[in-house]
Amino acid sequence: MQPKKKSEFAKQTTGDKILLVICYCILGAFVIAIVFPIIYIILSSFIDPVTLQNKGVTFDFSQWTLTAYERVMSNAQIWVGFKNALIYSIVATILGGVITLLAAYPMSRPDFRGKGFFNVIFLITMFFGGGLIPTYLLINNLGWLDSPLAIVVPCAFNVWNMIIARTYYQGIPRDLQEAADIDGATEMDYFFKILLPVCTPIIATISMWNFVGMWNSYFDAMIYLNDPAKQPLQLVLRAILIQSQPEPGMVSDMQSTAERAQLAELLKYATIIISSLPLMIMYPFFQKYFDSGIMAGAVKG
Amino acid sequence: MSKPSANTLAPRSGSSKMHNTLVYVRQHWQLYLLFMLPAFVLTIVFRYIPMGGVLIAFENYNPFVGVFGSEWVGFSHFQRFLSSPDFLSYLANTLKLSVFGLLWGFPAPILLAFLLNRILNKKTKQKIQLVLYMPNFISVIVLCGIVRILLSPTGMVNMLLGTNYNFMTMPQAFRTIYIASGIWQGAGWGSIIYTAALSNASKDLIEAAVIDGANIFQQIKTVEWPAIKDTVMIQFIMAVGNIMSIGFEKAYALQTDLNMASSEIISTYVYKKGLIDGDYGFSTAVGLFNTVINVILLISMNSIVKKMNEGKGIY
Repeated sequence: MQPKKKSEFAKQTTGDKILLVICYCILGAFVIAIVFPIIYIILSSFIDPVTLQNKGVTFDFSQWTLTAYERVMSNAQIWVGFKNALIYSIVATILGGVITLLAAYPMSRPDFRGKGFFNVIFLITMFFGGGLIPTYLLINNLGWLDSPLAIVVPCAFNVWNMIIARTYYQGIPRDLQEAADIDGATEMDYFFKILLPVCTPIIATISMWNFVGMWNSYFDAMIYLNDPAKQPLQLVLRAILIQSQPEPGMVSDMQSTAERAQLAELLKYATIIISSLPLMIMYPFFQKYFDSGIMAGAVKG
Repeated sequence: MSKPSANTLAPRSGSSKMHNTLVYVRQHWQLYLLFMLPAFVLTIVFRYIPMGGVLIAFENYNPFVGVFGSEWVGFSHFQRFLSSPDFLSYLANTLKLSVFGLLWGFPAPILLAFLLNRILNKKTKQKIQLVLYMPNFISVIVLCGIVRILLSPTGMVNMLLGTNYNFMTMPQAFRTIYIASGIWQGAGWGSIIYTAALSNASKDLIEAAVIDGANIFQQIKTVEWPAIKDTVMIQFIMAVGNIMSIGFEKAYALQTDLNMASSEIISTYVYKKGLIDGDYGFSTAVGLFNTVINVILLISMNSIVKKMNEGKGIY
C-alpha cells in the first residue's frame, strides 16, 4: 500500500500538494478534536478526585485508582438501567423492524392499490403531530403510564425508515417477484423467503438505528416511567451526569459534603466510560452497512 | 398508480375502476391485512388521535370530563402566549439556536466530505471515518455530561485557557456550547451521505479534468460539486423544515438555572408548562403554534427551492 500512496501523492502538482497538506491538517485537527476530550475523560476516570482537582491529569500511576469504577459497577441501579435499556432496545428493534419492513413492501409495489392514500396518511405525520400533551393524555388513557409499552409501541412504525426500506426494495429486480407469482408463492412466502434475504444491508441499517435510537434516548422514559425499577440506563445517567445526584449508595459512606461532591464528580468520568462502552464496541461492526443504508435513504428524500 | 396490475383477472371491458380495485384487494388481501395493517393502526392511534387532541389548545382542559366535555375558550391560550413578555424571548431563542445551528452545522459535514475525498489511501480514509463517526453513538445525556465536565470551572477547557469560568451558567455561552457540541457529535456522521454522493462522481470525469490540468479547486467546482448539489439541496430543505422542531433532549440536558435567558426554547417551555405545571391547554397551544410555524416554513422553503431548482422540489 505504502508505495502506491506515495506515487499517488507524487503525481500531484506542487500547488495541489500544498493544498492536500492543508486538507490533511484540517482533517487531522478535527480528528484530534474528537479524540482528545475522550482520552482526557478516560484518563481522568482513573485518577483520585483530589489529585485531579489539584493537579489535573497525571501519569504518576501511584495516584491512579479504580475506586470510581468499583463504586459505579457495584451500584445496583446502573445494572437495572443496563438491563432495562437492553430489553427495551431489543424489543424496539424487533418490533419496529418487523412493522416497518412489512409496511414498506406493499408501498414498493407499482401495482399496489391505495398506495397514494397510504402515502399521504404517512407523510402528513412527518410534518404535523399532536404534540406533547395530547400524546401524553393518550398514553395515560391507555393505562400505559409506568409501562414500558409507552416507550416501545408508539415509535414502532417509523415513516422515514419505511421510505428507506421501500426505496431499497424497489432496487431489487422484479423478475424475482414474477417468478414467485408463477410458482404460486403467497405474498408472505415471497417476502420472507426471497425478498428479505437479499435485503440484509437495509435490515442491518434500520435495526442499528432503532437499537441506537432507543438505547440513547431519554425523553419518553422521563415522562412515562417513574418507577426506578423500570427506568432505562439513560435516566440513571441523567441523575448522575446532569443532575449530579448519584445513587445515595455510591457516595453515602463519605463523611463530609465536600468529599461527597468530589466523589460525585469522579463518578461521572467512570459512568461515561462504562455506559458508552457497549455501543463503542458495537458500531465498527456495522460500518460496512452505513453507506448502502444511508444512500438508500438519500435517493428519494 | 391506478393502472391495472398484470395479475388482475377481472374482465377488461365493462368493469368499473371500483370493481377492479375490489378484485385486486381480494386477490392481494395479504398485502393489506398482514403487511399494511400494523403500521396503519399504529399511525392512526399514535399520530392521528393526538392530532385530534390539539382541540385541547382551545379549551380549559379538565381531565375528568375529557376533551369533549371541557370548557371551550377559543384562542385565549394563544393570546396569553403571544402577549406574554416571554413569548418573544422564547421564540428568539428557538430561532437563533436553530438558525445559527444550521449556518454552522450544515456546511460542516459537506466540508468534511470534500476533505475526506482528498485522501488518496482508501484504508486511511476508512480509519479516519471510523473515528469521525464515533461521537454519533454517544447518547445525548452522555454528550451533555461530557460537555458539563469539560466546561466546569476546574475542567479541561479552563485548564487549557488558564481561567476558571463557569461556562454552564453563562447565558451568552449556551448557543456556542450547543452548536459546537452538535458539530463535534454530528458532522462526521452527517458527512456519510455526501461522501457516498461524491463516490458516485465518475472517476473518469475527475481523471479527465486532471488531464486537462484542473487543480483541486477546479476539480471540486466542475466535477465534485455538481455530483452532490442535489443531495445538498434536499438536505437543506429538510434542515430548514425542522428549524422549529429543534431537539428538546439536548437543550433540556444543557439547561441550568442560570443560563435560562438563552437556553429556554419553545419545546422545553411546552414540557415545563404542560407536564410540570399541568397547564395542559396552554402547553398544547404553544406546541401547536410551533408546529404551524414549522409547516409554513417547510412549504415556503420547498416552493423557493422549486423556483431556484428548475421546478424540482422534494414534494
